[in-house]
Amino acid sequence: MATVTFDQASRFYPGSDVPAVDRLDLDIGDGEFLVLVGPSGCGKSTTLRMLAGLEDVDEGAIHIGDRDVTNLPPRERDIAMVFQSYALYPHMTVAQNMGFALEMAKVPKEERSARVLEAARILDLEPYLDRRPKALSGGQRQRVAMGRAIVRQPKVFLMDEPLSNLDAKLRVSTRSQIAALQKRLGVTTVYVTHDQVEAMTMGDRVAVLKDGVLQQCDTPLALYKKPANNFVAGFIGSPSMNIREFKVANGHARIGELDVPLSRDELGVLAREGSDSVLLGFRPESVDLVGAGEGFPVVVRLVEELGADAYLYGSIVGTEDAEAADIVTRVDPARTPRIGETVYLRVRPGQEHAFSPQTGERLG
Amino acid sequence: MTTMVATAPAERAAATRRRGARFRPGNIGVGIAAWVAALAFFFPVLWMFLTGFKQESQASTDPPTIFFTPTLDQFRSIFARDFAPYLINSLTASVMSTIFVIMLATPAAYALSVAKVGRWRDALFFFLSTRMMPAVASILPLYILATNIGMLDNITMLSLVYTAMNLPIAVWMIRSFLAELPREVLEAARIDGASLGTEMRRIILPMIAPGLAATALICMIFAWNEFFFAVSLTSTRAATVPVFLVGFITSEGLFWARLSAASTMAALPVILAGWVAQKWLVRGLSLGAVK
Repeated sequence: MATVTFDQASRFYPGSDVPAVDRLDLDIGDGEFLVLVGPSGCGKSTTLRMLAGLEDVDEGAIHIGDRDVTNLPPRERDIAMVFQSYALYPHMTVAQNMGFALEMAKVPKEERSARVLEAARILDLEPYLDRRPKALSGGQRQRVAMGRAIVRQPKVFLMDEPLSNLDAKLRVSTRSQIAALQKRLGVTTVYVTHDQVEAMTMGDRVAVLKDGVLQQCDTPLALYKKPANNFVAGFIGSPSMNIREFKVANGHARIGELDVPLSRDELGVLAREGSDSVLLGFRPESVDLVGAGEGFPVVVRLVEELGADAYLYGSIVGTEDAEAADIVTRVDPARTPRIGETVYLRVRPGQEHAFSPQTGERLG
Repeated sequence: MTTMVATAPAERAAATRRRGARFRPGNIGVGIAAWVAALAFFFPVLWMFLTGFKQESQASTDPPTIFFTPTLDQFRSIFARDFAPYLINSLTASVMSTIFVIMLATPAAYALSVAKVGRWRDALFFFLSTRMMPAVASILPLYILATNIGMLDNITMLSLVYTAMNLPIAVWMIRSFLAELPREVLEAARIDGASLGTEMRRIILPMIAPGLAATALICMIFAWNEFFFAVSLTSTRAATVPVFLVGFITSEGLFWARLSAASTMAALPVILAGWVAQKWLVRGLSLGAVK
């Protein structure tokens, strides 16, 4: 078990001037479950592969514990990795797959089989120990890949989208099993996913990346409640936060016919930037239906009923730009408005997020 | 054969009409074309085999003799001419060169596909380009070299020449098998603590075994059937089976039946090896194609 530190670590792919990972600073605590999340091409997998030693670190350094591993080959880093494709050895049995790393580490045979058996027991793989990967289902293969990692008792687990090849139902159950297993073993884990639900449910902390740059690293709740910029705000949460640019006048942002007050700090940043508008975000769940005149009017275009929830898709009345007028809100499924109806909405005070229209950074 | 294959599209159209639109069109046509081609390739071999059991007088009649009483006379006369040394030479040259080729080509292919060296495309093309020069162009320097180092009419020399001859194709074949390996499996092995040697021995070789078998068999066949270098660089001590076969083409005329019998015996080891390795061969040769 160990901490992991990225110190200004950068990776440039050959022939490219744009870094795939750009001066990444990240401190991962001992036993922590850290999730790297972001859209395709954001550098999350590259980051993980740099930690694994499968990708060069062109600038900066990476430490595992107090050891500088920047230039060490993968086998000297004491890490275990679960790949998206599982990467099982097709010509070996399940037991041989799980025991291979121990064999390489010259662990005596009796201890080796004891540890493989223990891991197989944890993962319900005992009946399959003599099978080849080809004769296993997708879920079983995924567990073998997990087993191969846990028998090693490494300093760090690296997981690269290990659930993305499973069907939706199995993914949800395996998700919680992995999180529980990690807590039980207490091994520092770095987990890559593009799925923000996985990130939110599994991670102690979540690091959001975009274009190779770390946007924010915090607990799931902090990311949700206080996103550092409009990218994180839009990426975390489903359906996405409504983020639109609104005019600012007399210390208020004007949403349709409603004035939303901005704090003095927020106004101060906007004034320094010379902006006369603000990026205002509010989550679908931060909006209430109110009576006429108490909120801004919205024409209902579509209502999605999901049983426990219902989502209203509509356009804010009185906004010139049609695209900027589109919003999504959560409404009580017992009282859903009709399509074409005009309803009045109000953002719950204190639950709006203001960002700079120029930098996208959070104001105040 | 060409004309028969050319009729296949017509067959195909007819088959489609007969079976209606629901039947997969072309299945029958392609099947017929495949059988025609296979028989066309197989017939000369069959004829050689049959002729080996004829008397010399039945072997070159016009029209050809189809019904005859088989005889082993030709085979007896071949063994009377001391066939065994040639057979041993051929085996030595094929097996030795194939072992060398696989041992050299596998690391080379690794450096050209998995751990790509700088300018690997150029290196790969260089390997291929050595096959563009006709063998005749290299025979004089080879002959002088062999004379100078005293290795003329020497089976080791012939094995080395066959190694050089087969190396490019082996590098290309093994490279394509290696390129098909999932990269993540090799990365997993590295993370699991495998050194380069272990990765090669325990992970890569078992995974490309069918491909290696196919490559080895092809190198074996090429070396076994090679004639030009054998006839130029050997005379009595190191002569191989193809050189022995040519001995039947004499100034007194061609002995068809005896030549056929000898050819049959020369082809037998290769056919046997191919038959035994059939499963691996097909898998190996189509390793890149189906995935």
